[in-house]
Amino acid sequence: MSLPSWLAKRLGEAVIVLVGLSILLFCITRILPGDPARIALGPRVPESAVEDLRKQMNLDKPLPTQYFLWVKGVLRGDFGMSLLSRRAVVTDIKAYFPATLEEVILAAILQFAGGIGLGILAAKYADTWLDGIVRVVAYLGIATPSFVWGIVLLLLLGYWIPILPIQGRISPNVTPPPHITGMFTVDSLLTGKLGVLWDSLKHLILPALALALAPMSQAARLLRSSMCDDMEADHVYAMRAYGVPENRILTKYLARLAFIPAISVMSLDAGSLFASAFVVESVFNFPGLSRFGMQAILNKDLNSIAGILLLVGVLFVLIIILADLIVAYLDPRTRLQQRG
Amino acid sequence: MEIFLDSIKNSIYKFSRNKVSIIGFFMVAMVIIVAIFAPLLAPYPKAAGAFIDFSNASKPPSRAHFFGTDVVGRDILSRVMFAFRGALIMGLGVIAAIVPFGVLVGLFAGYYYGTWIDTVVMRITDIFVTLPALLLALAVASFGRPSLFNSMMAVAFAWWPFYARLTYSMASSVRNETFVKAAQTIGAHKAHIIFKEILPNCLAPIFTKMALEIGWVILVGATLSFVGLGEQPPTAALGTMVSDGAQYLPAQWWISLFPALAICFMILAFNLLGDGVKSMLSTEVL
Repeated sequence: MSLPSWLAKRLGEAVIVLVGLSILLFCITRILPGDPARIALGPRVPESAVEDLRKQMNLDKPLPTQYFLWVKGVLRGDFGMSLLSRRAVVTDIKAYFPATLEEVILAAILQFAGGIGLGILAAKYADTWLDGIVRVVAYLGIATPSFVWGIVLLLLLGYWIPILPIQGRISPNVTPPPHITGMFTVDSLLTGKLGVLWDSLKHLILPALALALAPMSQAARLLRSSMCDDMEADHVYAMRAYGVPENRILTKYLARLAFIPAISVMSLDAGSLFASAFVVESVFNFPGLSRFGMQAILNKDLNSIAGILLLVGVLFVLIIILADLIVAYLDPRTRLQQRG
Repeated sequence: MEIFLDSIKNSIYKFSRNKVSIIGFFMVAMVIIVAIFAPLLAPYPKAAGAFIDFSNASKPPSRAHFFGTDVVGRDILSRVMFAFRGALIMGLGVIAAIVPFGVLVGLFAGYYYGTWIDTVVMRITDIFVTLPALLLALAVASFGRPSLFNSMMAVAFAWWPFYARLTYSMASSVRNETFVKAAQTIGAHKAHIIFKEILPNCLAPIFTKMALEIGWVILVGATLSFVGLGEQPPTAALGTMVSDGAQYLPAQWWISLFPALAICFMILAFNLLGDGVKSMLSTEVL
């Protein structure tokens, strides 16, 4: 199967799954105790106003009709009104998403770089004290929820050794860069404001680190164990016999093989960063989409919940497809199978 | 019978050879004992509930209060000990609830491999896994009155598809084995084939996954309670204690830090034990 047709097939499957997800989200947000219109307006507003909002939100129509009206809106980029901010959900997503995106991207970079680096290091020095330290750190990393990392990092690097800012996206005395992508780091780089770039990066480090430490440990462990398994393989002995330098065997042959099983887990973890961000952004008072989403969840803001969760679902599916592409690139066997 | 005893002995030997899993076993045992006997072991059992003692409020760790006291003067060590109960119920309860359900769904889909039953069931699980389980659990938990039970239901709702998928992948390959074909040929009942022939051959990876995931469920449960969707005050819950204490950082760091470390201890304990079970059953599960 050629790459374009494989990709078309995967994207087709993804669309079907996302239609399913939209039904699931619709069911979750509509079949719940309580009247969304009443929740939005509060208990003291007269019944007639609630009735009006109900009509406006199409809540007076049967459920299948409601679903189709909602999907019709979503396809045009209209997720309805947020009951919390009283703005269009799309407006809120546009305002908050860039912050979360740059945070998650930085976290993913830390996760991959740190995980791969530590994994290779532990495998190279397998069964020595260095390997021992990496393994203990990895065990602790996995066992620690992201919000606990948040609190620990906040205490350590925010308060006790105050080298990093503890909240927000940018210092109050720094003017945010002009809006191009909405991501402060990218925008300040594009406009050449390096001081702003530095300031916004400093604000990103703690939340991104809190997000990345657990999946990073997971990746290091996976890589180490699969590299150590392959260490005794025949082709590795053959390469040693040929006098291929040990470092080259390690980074080129062993690590590449070890990536194949690890990459799908690592990319699933990377997608889950969006979920952990829901909690971590609250710890750091980071004004991103996830904090907004958490507020929406706690306040039962249905349209926002459905919109944000659908967005995360789309991103998650895209990340999985990307991971499959990388695996196909790294592993000739999958390529051959697909041709057969 | 002798073979059976031998295999148990063999498993125990494999488990005990792994020092890390022995440590995990004792850590888990400690958590369970502390949780069960919390009223006897806790230095200040009254602190578990709605108890106020302003004369001892916000005391740093000392010999009287190892973990210090919170803003209303409750001993944090005692509250942590009681909070182990909710976290244990979360971890064990959710796993106990979803495994039979997920396994049953996966078995049927695997047995009816290639039919519409298979397609429908597996596409439904596809939908569930397009969202991170934590996020789905957060969204579901927000509906309804926050409580330990409610958050357990939410986690279970988000989690069962993973067991269905694991069992499905096992069952759909086991169904082609000769012993299943043989049973079919002699006219064995469907229920016999599913539960007596296929199921026993799927159990090792299922048990391994259960053992490895209890800690992970506890983590998600703690996260739900951190945002206020778990056990409600005045009952002690680890996540809630961390988030309540976070307001008093950095001056009164102990209010938040010790419950946070208790969460890590608990998850670490179950993860280490899970690794031991994994090496004992010598299966690989992702």
